[in-house]
Amino acid sequence: MSITITVPQDAVALGLGANRVARAIFTGAEARGLDVRIVRTGTRGLLWLEPMVEVATPEGRIAYGPVSPADVEGLLDAGFLEGGEHALRLGDPEKIPFLARQHRLTFHRCGVVDPVSVEDYRAHGGYRGLEAALKLDAEGVVAQVRESGLRGRGGAGFPAGIKWNTVMLAQSDQKYVVCNADEGDSGTFADRIMMEGDPFNLIEGMTIAAVATGATRGYIYCRSEYPQAFKTLRTAIANGVKAGMLGDDILGSGKAFHLEVRLGAGAYICGEETSLLESLEGKRGIVRAKPPIPALKGFLGKPTLVNNVMTFTAVPYILEHGAKAYAEYGMGRSLGTLPIQLAGNIKHGGLIEYAFGITIRQVIEEFGGGTASGRPVRAVQVGGPLGAYFPDDLLDTPLDYEAMAAKKGLVGHGGIVVFDDTVDMARQARFAFEFCATESCGKCTPCRIGATRGVETMDKVIAGIRPEANLKLVEDLCEVMTDGSLCAMGGLTPMPVMSAITNFPDDFRRMGDLPVAAE
Amino acid sequence: MASLEPWNATRAAGIVGELKLLEGATLPILHALQETFGYVDADAVPMIADALNLSRAEVHGCLTFYHDFRREPPAGHRHVKLCRAEACQAMGSDQLHGEILSRMGCDWHGTSADGVTVEPVYCLGLCANAPAALVDDEPLARLTADSLDAALKEARA
Repeated sequence: MSITITVPQDAVALGLGANRVARAIFTGAEARGLDVRIVRTGTRGLLWLEPMVEVATPEGRIAYGPVSPADVEGLLDAGFLEGGEHALRLGDPEKIPFLARQHRLTFHRCGVVDPVSVEDYRAHGGYRGLEAALKLDAEGVVAQVRESGLRGRGGAGFPAGIKWNTVMLAQSDQKYVVCNADEGDSGTFADRIMMEGDPFNLIEGMTIAAVATGATRGYIYCRSEYPQAFKTLRTAIANGVKAGMLGDDILGSGKAFHLEVRLGAGAYICGEETSLLESLEGKRGIVRAKPPIPALKGFLGKPTLVNNVMTFTAVPYILEHGAKAYAEYGMGRSLGTLPIQLAGNIKHGGLIEYAFGITIRQVIEEFGGGTASGRPVRAVQVGGPLGAYFPDDLLDTPLDYEAMAAKKGLVGHGGIVVFDDTVDMARQARFAFEFCATESCGKCTPCRIGATRGVETMDKVIAGIRPEANLKLVEDLCEVMTDGSLCAMGGLTPMPVMSAITNFPDDFRRMGDLPVAAE
Repeated sequence: MASLEPWNATRAAGIVGELKLLEGATLPILHALQETFGYVDADAVPMIADALNLSRAEVHGCLTFYHDFRREPPAGHRHVKLCRAEACQAMGSDQLHGEILSRMGCDWHGTSADGVTVEPVYCLGLCANAPAALVDDEPLARLTADSLDAALKEARA
């Protein structure tokens, strides 16, 4: 009987030598005459412990981490294949407080299953959501999604049930389901972890959406910066077709759903749903004016349901356990769980799936354990490059769409990036404009020109050239961008800029006020 | 990086023909051409336009819009993408990039004397283990100038 060992092949684990660890375990065990079976999984999301290796023992799984290739010989000598003692031994991974405290409704299979195995997925409760959906009619499925309170997890927070209903009611010979997997926001990686660790959860969610809306074709638009996710999805889809979970007759229901994964080409703007659709059609990723909304005229002019990876992957749980079970989590109008991604200068970074309503401070202190550098936290950016920078006194804000908006911030895709006290917020404000200038699609003037003028003006502020007057100009510019831009790229770039200026005023006046002649 | 073929119009036409029936085939075709030849040759533009019933301007527009597509053969034989986004900045990436670029003796988008091309990228999703990079398509987390050198040497050996 061979011993089963799981070694993640999540991009983080790979980036920290997981392939070399797997090879070292295999050759080391072989040299000792031990029969091992190595399964490559995704990550559980305890990213500071990667590569985290797990051994299946009669007492359950025992984790070791972070394991470097050089640790493997010592681990084998310590008898880690039987769960032996070692400095890197973490015990039962599910009892590690970081994981044990979470509400893993969506991510419970990540790091546990073989990501591309249909059998493994089903053995861990997979496809029960789709089975439940197939017993309902389309209205019944949409009603479950609506009653769960699920909102679009991409950032906008639009009620998913309303979107699904619109596509369901649209009349057309062809409808599409499109997954936005262009997770371009810095500080976010929940989509990636899901696609690399449990892609069938996404496939199941999209299949349920297809059944509900009457779509027979679907696309996953995955960003090219995620080669590992793309490969995993491609293999998972092929295996799903072989197993009859995709194709002309899904689960023997007589319903068809054909799914394909497409690769982006390095444009951040393609995370905006209309520019994503343009790109999918083979055009430049230029934002479309709305209306018409994609739910009525989307991909190739047909009714199209576009949702984020996290929205689709919440659906199998909702269908399996019922809308009420999901809606019991969360607060106010933000129901269910939010996959929080804790990153940047943080000791214990990773994925935290938790009910809406947990405060930013709880996430950073109780899960993150403070900064990696050991210095005090000074600024926290929540919600990606278009999210606000919060100072210490705003960290008790709960992660909830309305509560964050009330503090002039956003939940976005749930990314939290921590900065210590060495950060220069004027540089961060400049970067927000620079990023917008690099990634703007160029269609609307406030974004295309505004971002570039913003960089120039911030350069003057940083150089100490009439900071007060130039900050006034920046403020003015931000107002134009907020009100006049076509999409969230130009419309929200002012959020990091203005939050930095408002919350960290001293950083913008370091050089004092040089005489005008210096200009 | 997989070994690249020199530009060959017949081979390219075969690739275009294979993919042209996909819905929205332009990006898959451009990706496939670049994977094969390392770049998209100017001769491919009318070829794609013809096959997909598009104008050459539309294909050119698409080719030039996206950061990923190259219109010249790659100058280097290795590609390094360094993440410049916020989470990496929080872990000192600006300073690190300065050191890496000075070791390589080139600027962003440039190529070092030993054939390593360096590009900026905004987020690789390795934000909890920053700074991050992609060497060809292999991720590198908790990047240092030394670990990048080691990765470049190791893969070459």
